[in-house]
Amino acid sequence: MSSDKKHPKESDIIKLLEGDSSRRSFIKNLSIAAAAGSAALTTGCIPSLAEASTEEMKLRWQEFFKKHYRLMTQEEKDAAVGRLERLAKLENNLDLQMGSEPPIDGVLYGYGFNITRCTGFMECVTACIKENNLDRKVHTQYIRIFEMEPGKLDPSTGDGQYYHEVPVDNKFYMGTQCFHCENAPCTKACPTKATWKEPDGIVVVDYDWCIGCRYCQAACPYYGRRFNWGKPEIPKDEINTKQHYLGNRIRPMGKMEKCTFCIQRTRKGRLPACVEACPTGARVFGNLLDPDSEIRYVLKHKKVFRMKEELETDPKFWYFID
Amino acid sequence: MRALHEKSLKTFFIDGIRWNLQGTPAFQIFRLVLLGCMGLGIYAYSFQARYGLSVTGMNDIVSWGFYISNFTFLVGVAAAAVMLILPAYVFHDPDFHRVVIIGEGVAVGALIMCLTFILVDLGGPLQAWHLIPGIGLFNFPSSILAWDVVVLNGYLLLNALVPAYILYCHYMGRKADERKYRPFVFLSIFWAFSIHMVTAFLYQGLPARPFWNNPLMGPRFLASAFAAGPALITLILAIIHSSTTYKIDRSVFSKLRIIIVISAIINLIMLFSEIFKEFYFTTHHSISAVYLFFGLDGYDALVPWIWTSVCANVLATLVLALNPGKNNPKVLLPACGLLFIAIWMEKGIGLIVPGLIPSPLGEVVDYLPTWVELCVTLGILALGITVVTWLVRVALIIEQNENPLG
Ligand code: SF4
Ligand code: SF4
Repeated sequence: MSSDKKHPKESDIIKLLEGDSSRRSFIKNLSIAAAAGSAALTTGCIPSLAEASTEEMKLRWQEFFKKHYRLMTQEEKDAAVGRLERLAKLENNLDLQMGSEPPIDGVLYGYGFNITRCTGFMECVTACIKENNLDRKVHTQYIRIFEMEPGKLDPSTGDGQYYHEVPVDNKFYMGTQCFHCENAPCTKACPTKATWKEPDGIVVVDYDWCIGCRYCQAACPYYGRRFNWGKPEIPKDEINTKQHYLGNRIRPMGKMEKCTFCIQRTRKGRLPACVEACPTGARVFGNLLDPDSEIRYVLKHKKVFRMKEELETDPKFWYFID
Repeated sequence: MRALHEKSLKTFFIDGIRWNLQGTPAFQIFRLVLLGCMGLGIYAYSFQARYGLSVTGMNDIVSWGFYISNFTFLVGVAAAAVMLILPAYVFHDPDFHRVVIIGEGVAVGALIMCLTFILVDLGGPLQAWHLIPGIGLFNFPSSILAWDVVVLNGYLLLNALVPAYILYCHYMGRKADERKYRPFVFLSIFWAFSIHMVTAFLYQGLPARPFWNNPLMGPRFLASAFAAGPALITLILAIIHSSTTYKIDRSVFSKLRIIIVISAIINLIMLFSEIFKEFYFTTHHSISAVYLFFGLDGYDALVPWIWTSVCANVLATLVLALNPGKNNPKVLLPACGLLFIAIWMEKGIGLIVPGLIPSPLGEVVDYLPTWVELCVTLGILALGITVVTWLVRVALIIEQNENPLG
């Protein structure tokens, strides 16, 4: 649980929550509330007027009124990406390479998880956190590994937060993440179409279009979505600068995020970070439309099953045993 | 009042504001207290604007909390105005005709609170314009939340415009033309049911949440709303009756009591039906109910909450049904208050939070609202009460002094 629960007792919030604000900070807070308004909420922080250059303000303004990603032309996407790169430079002196690669024709991604092989090392979790710029402050984690008793196949019966040496005898391990449902309850629920399924099967979120209502999170039967309750914090030298607009770019505060099958890698023909990192080869990823792919081999020759099959969400994520 | 002056739409508004700024000192103090609460709410919200929803008690598992709970309950209060509109406009009940305007004022106040609760619950409130059809992208008809936005705003319009039209006509000293507003009254009756059903479907439609994915959800929402809403209106009418010159007939209270009793009994029957289903043969789909009523893995924050609510609910329903003392307001008014609170506890936190616990992968956590959530909520309630008092004050003054029909 500790990995899912927020830790609100962070240095600056702690004071506020415990309410020991002096009269001066009370007045300061009030004036901030009154004055900072829109800029504060769109950017997630209060820019002091002296610091924010006019270029920065202009870029933020254009960002605020940009279109939904799916309605943008390629030029508009390029312009948006350019703005985001420039803003990262201005705000944090970061050199990003952000892409907006479209889905590859004839590709539909699928994922297999070998329960017999997984030993619960969690290399995948670590790799995912690094690759996807996940918030270190509250330990956001897309991938969860559950330690399971034999005879049980439902993670809700397992232990999702073991802290002992693995593997343990007579236990097996089951990983979960967003399953990229074909019939996804989360995209159906979203009131603004801020989340949708791409033609290559990846369910993505337009972070700037999301209004943060969290209806999709309530709708997901696999606990596949994570919300930015506060501003994400990542040490600057650990930021992965190779990003995708719909993928691992650093999410704004108050927006939904989730596993994207590492869209920034897979759309360039690479494997997701978790698959690459797994030392036992328990993770299989590939193109479901390619008859020679490894994932097709698994689906054909192994005993496969999907979680909560009765919900008919058709996850593109299969468990299998050797 | 302004018999010597020209009356127009402009003076209608100006008089409305003027009447509300005047009043006894006690009334002014009441106003100031409400204003103070709203200020506190804005102050608390400023933390949310800066640090995001991380200053609330919510997390990835309990992703909806106190705000959405209150929103859900208040939708019911808003819908309940129909219990006055139906007899007043459709069956031409003269008793209800005198009070229907107050019911509509309560509905407007409740709806404004609902919409504000949704707004403060958003992670990106400034992106809310993405929901405006035309400018934004509206996931209609697929997303039930999109439906909810439509029905809530539509109901707000209907409930504000029909009484405004009638009041304006009375203010101008003429009779409101029934042919003009009758279609809208019928529409608003249909609409009242729809706001509550749609809000119930918001939860009922989620296969991920067995606690909510329950066909009784919609009907039970209606039954509890038609008990809690009229209970609140009874209390408000009692306050108006005792503190203003606008006197309300006893028969209104006894008719309201009957509406409340019938709805409350239907609500209890459905509650017991649900409890039976969850506990006669407990499956893993009942686990949220187990958490709610008995606690799970040592997490039991809601157990005293829900039992208090159930006991209060049963007690209040019994008192209202048996009617000891024959319509004695000293007995009935507290019972209405108790019933209102019991349903607030159950249809708010008692409904939303256990639906999210345990998470779909089995984690159990307890949820407690932080002071930020409590203060913001207080501010929104104060806003709602302010709206109701403003509207009701204007309505009563016009109806008493300017209504040519007496
Ligand atoms: S697992 Fe959840 S978040 Fe992922 S596609 Fe399915 S419903 Fe959506
Ligand atoms: S949180 Fe964002 S992605 Fe999820 S339903 Fe709301 S707007 Fe859509």
